[in-house]
This record gives sequence, structure tokens and C-alpha cells, in this order.
Amino acid sequence: MSATPTNDPAASRARLRGALRPRASRSQIVIGLLFALLGLGLALQVRSTAQSDGLTTARESDLVRILDSLTNRNDRLAAERADLEATREALKSGTGQSSTALADARSRAATLGILAGTVAAKGPGIDITITDPAGKVDAATLLDAVQELRDAGAEALQIGNVRVVAQTWLLDGSNGGITVDGTTLTSPYRMVAIGDPRTMSGALRIPGGVVESLRNVGADIQVTEQVQVQVTALRVPESPQYARPAPSR
Amino acid sequence: MIAVLGLILGIVLGLVLQPAVPLWAQPYLPIAIVAALDAVFGAVRAAVEGLFDDRVFVISFLANVSVAALIVFLGDQLGVGAQLSTGVVVVLAVRIFSNAAAIRRHLLGA
Repeated sequence: MSATPTNDPAASRARLRGALRPRASRSQIVIGLLFALLGLGLALQVRSTAQSDGLTTARESDLVRILDSLTNRNDRLAAERADLEATREALKSGTGQSSTALADARSRAATLGILAGTVAAKGPGIDITITDPAGKVDAATLLDAVQELRDAGAEALQIGNVRVVAQTWLLDGSNGGITVDGTTLTSPYRMVAIGDPRTMSGALRIPGGVVESLRNVGADIQVTEQVQVQVTALRVPESPQYARPAPSR
Repeated sequence: MIAVLGLILGIVLGLVLQPAVPLWAQPYLPIAIVAALDAVFGAVRAAVEGLFDDRVFVISFLANVSVAALIVFLGDQLGVGAQLSTGVVVVLAVRIFSNAAAIRRHLLGA
């Protein structure tokens, strides 16, 4: 501090005040400009430091390291995403398969229900009324009619209010009438069959067939083909006592 | 006085207008500010000692800023930018401290 002219604080303050006194000289304007630049830079730098995420001022090596870790993370996330997508695909196709299987099972249940007589059925078919005032119609005749209808492709059949299925049996009643599956029916016998109406009525009317033999014994039979008939009689399914499903080959 | 007004004006301008710092200037701005602060403290010390000269201040201000920016630029080119920046900041900080100490001694006599 050998260049210091004086160490008197009062004189120093006076000199500082003198220097701060505004003078409109050119160099003072330049100095003011420089200070304005400094203030501007300060404000900008403080603001950008406050809001920067640290990457703008980071060095190249740091940036490379950050980029590396980001790339690794990206790879990991991409692998995870691929896994999740595969899982989703599997789940989606799984539900697709099970819903197809469900629809399949439903339609199969409907088909089997019609065959077993556990559900009502409707469709084109014929309506048959057999009037037998003399009591000449026996179970065998009615069974002939049933077999004829089955041969002609009847898919659902009922006699009176009894559904006719594979296990249905017919028996001559003890005092007239016919017992079908334990229910005794009397004349007139009404049958409803679902199938191709023309084929079925044709099958009944062939020479020497059901219609002719019924007329021969003095009974009357009316067959009407209809666009829509309903088989509403139901049968309670019985579990087979001996037969068990065997795996098909 | 004009200097103080200029400083305030600059800060207000920077806060109000918020101009974007160009990308190429971003590494140099902090160092340049520290260098300018060094020049300012040197000027205050000179004023207190009665040695202040407008011309010397303007030249030292500009030279300080330019040299600081040049050193940082050179450091970046040589791959030691971070270390050299730290070195420049340390040197400038030491000078600011010694100038501030001299100012304090003159104004307060202690």
C-alpha cells in the first residue's frame, strides 16, 4: 500500500463522494453504460441460473455421462414396455379364445337342449290332429307316425303335452288312450313337429303310410303345414345311470 | 452517481425485458461478470485513494472481461474449461477481497 497518499478516512470519504458526484462528461457516460451492461449481465445470469435445469452450464463430459444414463434408462423402459405389450397381447387373445369358446358352448347347449327336450323350440313345421272316435288307434300306430316324422327330419316333436325325445316310450292305455312317457293321452291326439313341412307331410301321406293306415282303421288325421309352430312341452333331463362320457380319440 | 444509476438501470432492464442470452455467450457470461466486478472494486479503491481515472477504468473493465472470456474459451478448446474457469474465478475473487479490504481500511480506518 505504498501508493496510498493518505490513510485518513475522512479524506478518503471526501474523495469517494467527489468521484460519485455526477458530471456530464463523455467518459462518465461511457462508465454509466459499462455499469448498465454489468447490471444487465448480473440480472440475466441470476435469472438463468435460477431457472436453468443445470444442463446448459454442464460440461461436455458431464453431458455425455447424463446422456449415457438416460440411454440406459430408455433401453430398460423400452424392454419393460415390450414385456408389458406381450403380456397384454397374451391376455387379449386369451379373452378372445375364451369368449369364442363360450359362444361355442352356448350354441352347443342350445342344440343339445333341443335334442334332449329341455328347451322349447319354434320354427317351420306341421300340426297334426288325429281323431279316433272308435278307439282303434294304438301305440304302434302312433309310434309309426313318430318314426315317419323322424325319418322325414323332424327336429323337435311333441304329442299332446309330452315332448318326444330319444327315450320316449309309448304304451297302449289300459282303458283306451295311449300312454306316452307315463302320461295318458286320449283322442284327439295332437302332434307338433318342427322340420321341413313339405317333407314331413309328404312322408305321412305316402301310399300305405300313416295317413292311409289311420283312415283304414276309421280314424281321421288332419295335417297342416305351417310357417311357424312351437314345441313348448319340456322334458326333465335325467342323468344317465350307467353311461359315462368316454374321451374321444 | 451516473455509474450507480447505470447499474440500477441495467438490472431493471434485465429483469423487465428478460432478453435471452445467446447460446454462444452462456459459458462466458458468469466469468465476464466476475471480471467486471473485479474492475469495479478496483475502480472504487482507486476513487477512494484519489487515483481514479476514467480512461484507466474503461480500459481495465473491457480488458478484464475480454481476458476472462478468452481464458474460458481457451480452456474449453483445450478440454480444461471447468478447471480454468475455477482458476479464473478464484484469482478474481482473491483480487476482489483484497480491493474490498483496502477500501474498508481507507473508509473506516480499520
